[in-house]
Amino acid sequence: MTDVVMPQMGESIVEGTLTKWLKKPGDRVERDEPLFEISTDKVDSEIPSPAAGILSEVLVQEGTTVAINTVVARIGDSAGAAAPAPQPAVAAPPPTPAPAPVQAAPPVQAAPPPPPPPAPAPVAAAPAATAEDIDALGPLSPLVRKMAREYNIDLRQVSGTGGGGRITKDDVERYLAGSRAAAPAAALAAVPTYAPAPTAPAPPPPPASVPPPARAEAPRNRVEPMSKMREKIAEHMIFSKQTSAHVTTVHRVDMTKIVKIRAASKKQFEEHYGFGLTFLPFITRAAAEALRAFPIVNASIDGKNIIYHGDINIGIAVALDGGSGLIVPVIRNADEKNVVGLQRSIVDLAARARSKQLKLDDVSGGTFSITNFGSYGSIFATPVINQPQVAILGLGAIEKVPVVIDDAIAIRSQMFMALTFDHRLIDGAMADQFCQKVKAILENWSEQVI
Amino acid sequence: MPRLCEFRDLGSLGYDEAYALQRELVSARKAGSIPDQLLFVEHPHVVTLGRNAKLAHVLAAPELLASAGIAVAETDRGGDVTYHGPGQLVGYPIFDLKDWHRDVGAYLRAIEEVLIDALATFGLHGERDPEATGVWVNGAKVAAIGIHMSRWVTSHGFALNIDTDLNYFRYIVPCGLTKPVASLRSLGVTAPADAVRRAVLTAFEEVFDLEIAHLAQLTEQQ
Repeated sequence: MTDVVMPQMGESIVEGTLTKWLKKPGDRVERDEPLFEISTDKVDSEIPSPAAGILSEVLVQEGTTVAINTVVARIGDSAGAAAPAPQPAVAAPPPTPAPAPVQAAPPVQAAPPPPPPPAPAPVAAAPAATAEDIDALGPLSPLVRKMAREYNIDLRQVSGTGGGGRITKDDVERYLAGSRAAAPAAALAAVPTYAPAPTAPAPPPPPASVPPPARAEAPRNRVEPMSKMREKIAEHMIFSKQTSAHVTTVHRVDMTKIVKIRAASKKQFEEHYGFGLTFLPFITRAAAEALRAFPIVNASIDGKNIIYHGDINIGIAVALDGGSGLIVPVIRNADEKNVVGLQRSIVDLAARARSKQLKLDDVSGGTFSITNFGSYGSIFATPVINQPQVAILGLGAIEKVPVVIDDAIAIRSQMFMALTFDHRLIDGAMADQFCQKVKAILENWSEQVI
Repeated sequence: MPRLCEFRDLGSLGYDEAYALQRELVSARKAGSIPDQLLFVEHPHVVTLGRNAKLAHVLAAPELLASAGIAVAETDRGGDVTYHGPGQLVGYPIFDLKDWHRDVGAYLRAIEEVLIDALATFGLHGERDPEATGVWVNGAKVAAIGIHMSRWVTSHGFALNIDTDLNYFRYIVPCGLTKPVASLRSLGVTAPADAVRRAVLTAFEEVFDLEIAHLAQLTEQQ
């Protein structure tokens, strides 16, 4: 058996991400044949096999980041295989406990470990782990070592779920949670609480009694990798949430006038132009006007500078069929188009988005976005800003509601319009003035032609 | 003693063609049949996705770009999404680091050093960002780096914006606005691209202690 380890790639490099296995368990591999690929910062490297034989065990899955010298695989001898010469690079792999990735590790609580002593006295009753014992656990992060010291944990009692069976912070926390559950209530108060102390003195179910999520998936669950597009959407959404100070303000818009205009011209419009007339171009038109009046909403942040975009390019969020994703094609110079032109652009972009015929120019350069969740029945939602923009307008469903006008009840078509804005740049008063402008244009639609 | 390094300026060459040449040179370098190689090239518009490609704008999902007929290349270099195009100096060092230092971190820092030295020729103060490999001037990224390595033989390399149309970067990484990109031109340097190439080449010679042998540009094949 030859251990294959995460190689040392340079002095400053302490870990690497295993990006790809080039061989499967059971495959025959020659010495020096590329075996896996790793990624460290800006460098991708192919790592050759240190020995010839059969790849018997893969201990670290693709996508896992592990410390250097972690054993990532084992190569077994096979009949007829040339005896592998010991490779200098793998001369001294630290013994790492073999993880059991398939066989689910029993939850820590199943076999309650000795509870930590009530006070974190350094001279503890717990069996002292020698430095060698700790070393035998393989590479440990400084955080894990620190936690072990602070909470006086015998790390040998902690089952590691990290790459190569490494003990992670989560493992230690889970161990602590388990210990606390087992510890007598009196001792509980004395044990330093790792989890944030609850402010309420007695939360009804003690959190410690909640079992940790099982690592192994239940048999009825299905695990599948995200599509590339889903991955990008996930990254993009998190990136936006981390970047902007999201605030959503909601305004009620009386759409009765627009509903009437649309109803009156719908048939003729469709006959004349060959596509239907929706509410979206009216709202886009109103938003473009309001963006012209409030350029800060049509801006981006660049370090400590504000970029006021000269063009008003409005992105329209389009849901792709089957929940496969979301795309935001852009209507360029939306302020220069009338309702017909906007409707034509929307129809064209949405069709091309769904048939994947969009060009790069169609999806780039947006300065503001509109998302119409109302088309799926939502009343209002809090959309996520499309970076690097600073605001997004969300449209709720238009519904007939009773409203009080001059102390009489009337039936009006109403829409909740939500504006999510980046509070780093736009203050609430500004955002609300912007919304009031959009609302005023829609409620007093005066254009004779559409 | 300086090590021999053969240098070729490929002029304008498609990404795939240049990649094929790199692979050829890498295997020859691994076999020890050629010395270190340095290629300079300018690519037509292309978006390349490194192995760690992430934070790409959702709109620039690879399937989508491909279906829209935009050149997209998935590559085996490290790093994120980037853009190459006219006005950009792309350099591919095919170095055997066993003959230098077996240290990829040191190699990245040395490539940065080369570019920082070259920028200094034009009065620009290039800097490193400890968080992000590349070369920065006043907080704007002027050169990107992404490397592949196989048995210590490097491929891929760096891209330095000389007078690149920076608008293309907006297409790829809209968060580029929070970390802006720059070119020598946008930083006020009007020196011709040739002078920049010479400065980078000289810096390579010094930083890596190379003796550069100029090879004639490849003859047009096909």
